Amino acid sequence: MTRQLYEFNGGVHPEQHKHASTTRPIAIAPLPKLLVVPLRQHIGQPTKPVVAVGEQVLKGQMIGRAEGYVSVAVHAPTSGTVTAIASHAVAHPSGLADECITITPDGLDRWVEHGALDYRNMDPSHLRNQLRELGIAGLGGAVFPSFIKLNPGAVQKVPTLILNGAECEPWITCDDMIMRERAAEILSGAAVMRHMLHSDEVLVGIEDNKPEAIAAMQAAASQCDFAVEVVAVPTLYPGGGAKQLIKTLTGKEVPSGGRSTDIGVATFNVGTAYALHRAVNHGEPLISRIVTITGNVHRPQNFEVLIGTSFTELARLTGATRDDTSGYVMGGPMMGIDLAGSEVPVVKATNCILVKSPALFPPPPLAMPCIRCTRCAQACPADLQPQELYWFARAKNFGKTQEYKLFDCIECGACTYVCPSHIPLVQYYRYAKSEIWAKEKDKKAADLARERHEFRQLRLEREKQERAAKLAQKASTKLTEASAGSPDDAASAVKKAAIQAAIERAKEKKEGIIPRNIENLPPEKLQEIAEIEARRARIRAMAQDSVEK
Amino acid sequence: MLSSPYIAEKSSVSIIMLKVLAALVPGIAVYVWLFGPAILVTLTLASVTALLLETIAVRLRGWPAKPFLMDGSALVTAWLLALSLPPIAPWWLIVVGTFFAIVVAKHLYGGLGNNLFNPAMVGYAVLIISFPVQMTQWASPLSLAGAHLNLLDSAHYIFTGILPDGLKLDAISSATPLDTLRTQLQLEHTVREITRLPIFGSMGGTGGEVVVLMYLLGGLYLWLARIITWHIPAAFIAGLWITGGLFHISDPDRFISPWFHLATGGAMLGAFFIATDPVSGATTPRGKLIFGAGIGMLTYLIRTLGGYPDGVAFAVLLMNIMVPLIDAYTQPKVYGHKQKEPAE
Repeated sequence: MTRQLYEFNGGVHPEQHKHASTTRPIAIAPLPKLLVVPLRQHIGQPTKPVVAVGEQVLKGQMIGRAEGYVSVAVHAPTSGTVTAIASHAVAHPSGLADECITITPDGLDRWVEHGALDYRNMDPSHLRNQLRELGIAGLGGAVFPSFIKLNPGAVQKVPTLILNGAECEPWITCDDMIMRERAAEILSGAAVMRHMLHSDEVLVGIEDNKPEAIAAMQAAASQCDFAVEVVAVPTLYPGGGAKQLIKTLTGKEVPSGGRSTDIGVATFNVGTAYALHRAVNHGEPLISRIVTITGNVHRPQNFEVLIGTSFTELARLTGATRDDTSGYVMGGPMMGIDLAGSEVPVVKATNCILVKSPALFPPPPLAMPCIRCTRCAQACPADLQPQELYWFARAKNFGKTQEYKLFDCIECGACTYVCPSHIPLVQYYRYAKSEIWAKEKDKKAADLARERHEFRQLRLEREKQERAAKLAQKASTKLTEASAGSPDDAASAVKKAAIQAAIERAKEKKEGIIPRNIENLPPEKLQEIAEIEARRARIRAMAQDSVEK
Repeated sequence: MLSSPYIAEKSSVSIIMLKVLAALVPGIAVYVWLFGPAILVTLTLASVTALLLETIAVRLRGWPAKPFLMDGSALVTAWLLALSLPPIAPWWLIVVGTFFAIVVAKHLYGGLGNNLFNPAMVGYAVLIISFPVQMTQWASPLSLAGAHLNLLDSAHYIFTGILPDGLKLDAISSATPLDTLRTQLQLEHTVREITRLPIFGSMGGTGGEVVVLMYLLGGLYLWLARIITWHIPAAFIAGLWITGGLFHISDPDRFISPWFHLATGGAMLGAFFIATDPVSGATTPRGKLIFGAGIGMLTYLIRTLGGYPDGVAFAVLLMNIMVPLIDAYTQPKVYGHKQKEPAE
């Protein structure tokens, strides 16, 4: 490994806690009693159900159809009956529920018809569509639809393909284990990626605290028919962040607001590569993934888990729940989601279930004032000034937070980790970002409302003018016709005379309409009526004038 | 429900402040050994006053007193102020200085983390302007003093102003090397002649240079323990040394060697302990360099061309004013906003 490595700013060294969950190989989790499959498991639009309650489904059958461009399908993890399509608790920081399809397995685990894809000879956009239908999304945590990332786009080619096996967060070891045990399959998936992106080089970045994984991947790489460079990167959190790994391996920085393909790099998690291999070379949709169950458990371990398995059931596979269990986190201790309860299903983003105890995760001490020691700035991998962002977010000066590049924050938590005043810095940034988004949404809605209002005013005005113009035209044609002399046809002359007579009659009638209840009125009332009639006659004359104009 | 992250490094403001106090101990110990125990009285008095005032101020805000007393910041301010004052200064000088440092400079601005100016230096500035006489009555080094005061006699003098029978003030007090240099230069002596006086040691002042060396070692410990970064001390020393060097080269008879300036007065204390106050100092790496260099340069200029014996306090306060400007213009480039080039 003579490849030159670069450094990103900052980073921290939390205690790793990785050994305990790597002593046992990946076990296949037994079929659970119930599977709750959320319709929204990825970034973008949630899927729409294509099955009904009571329907029998087969393993791998599509149960949720992708909607819109940024979306991928979801599938039944096993064969069984759909028992509900309803709101259910899901793993989300808000604690809110989401639409899920509940399936009761029939125990037979029968597959839907499926087969390998001839990816080398397929039309690229057809292949991408297949991957969308097979539900492949990024398994590193962002769950971004992979088919979109596998589109080389206008540049036609992404020279550098990086497989992210860094796994920098403490406690999590699912990527470590999948690299140790399924290295060849991961590289088969990489072959597909390489084909779709027309990449020149394939790099695998692995933190140097995983020597077995590095060895396994190197052994598999030597058997590969294309060049794969396995690179050991220094163990430093958050070295596994895509932006940080790209900088470490290539020295280039992903431009702010841009994508890594702008600098010729594409990054995928090793788990995603494995899922891609199963999809393309076996036709299997994404219905399971490796999950690390660790923390305050008796036998921490990695399992291959069906999507939709409940956290509670999974945690029990590692032994009875300990008395001092104080909660559950989906993900790692630096960026994970603290859950209200454990009756939530495993989704595509679930890389780890971390069971908490007060000893392992003591409550944070009282937050003291910020003393501007800038340890946070020294730790920030995005070269930000977190203490400035903190002061501005706290002052609700959101314009300044954006000036100081708030949206370049990857919310890795390194700043909060080092803060001696125990200030929950990342919370302030999340708050500021949400406020800014909410304001932009309001502004967009207000802009739209204003546009619609202005258009309506324009339309009404236009219609009024058109009507006035039409009336004016009608009146003028009538006048010209009246003074034009005798028409050619005798019949139309008769018609004309009849119309004229009718108009005269109507006029007389109108003028002749005398209200019948004015005989016995006192003279003052009669005077009032006369005045009103005079006013009316005046207005009529005015209206007639304007139409004629 | 918590938000990530759920783990943190074992650190706190208290630990930082405690390490700063620990780094001061060697200097204090050597000071006691070479100048007598009076400094311990002033340190104690300043500490007690500071903690008392801090409690009152915090309770007036309606905050709990314990976390803020335990954070150690008031103690650090008190010690730094006490170490900048003459050890035989009267008790009311200490109290007034501590009051201005803790109440005016710190709490009137918003408390911990909100002060614009270095609290200890505000206290010092108020005292040097208001009570110049008392502020220049420093203890003589024991090797040169006519008499030695023990702890009890020192305390007695500090609180009552009465010396033990028969002793006069000049038996225990003398002007500092910096003060001596200034007055002697005004009498048109050359630097070479002046440095032959007994108050001058090999590099700085007799006894004083050893204390300064201890502060330097304490400062290096702070740097190695990651309490401070190298930027401000290095820039301060460079600013002071270079400015002093330029003046010295231009006229060695009138302007003493820059090494003398580094070894006397509040230079080392200032470089590692005072200028590095995080709250009132610059926060960006480049900003810290500018901040430190500015203090070093101003210290020299005030000492040499100004009217006060030591310029560290005013230099720090002047640069504190510049900090928001410095910070605004030295913001480092954020990831993804630099040019598309491989970084080092």
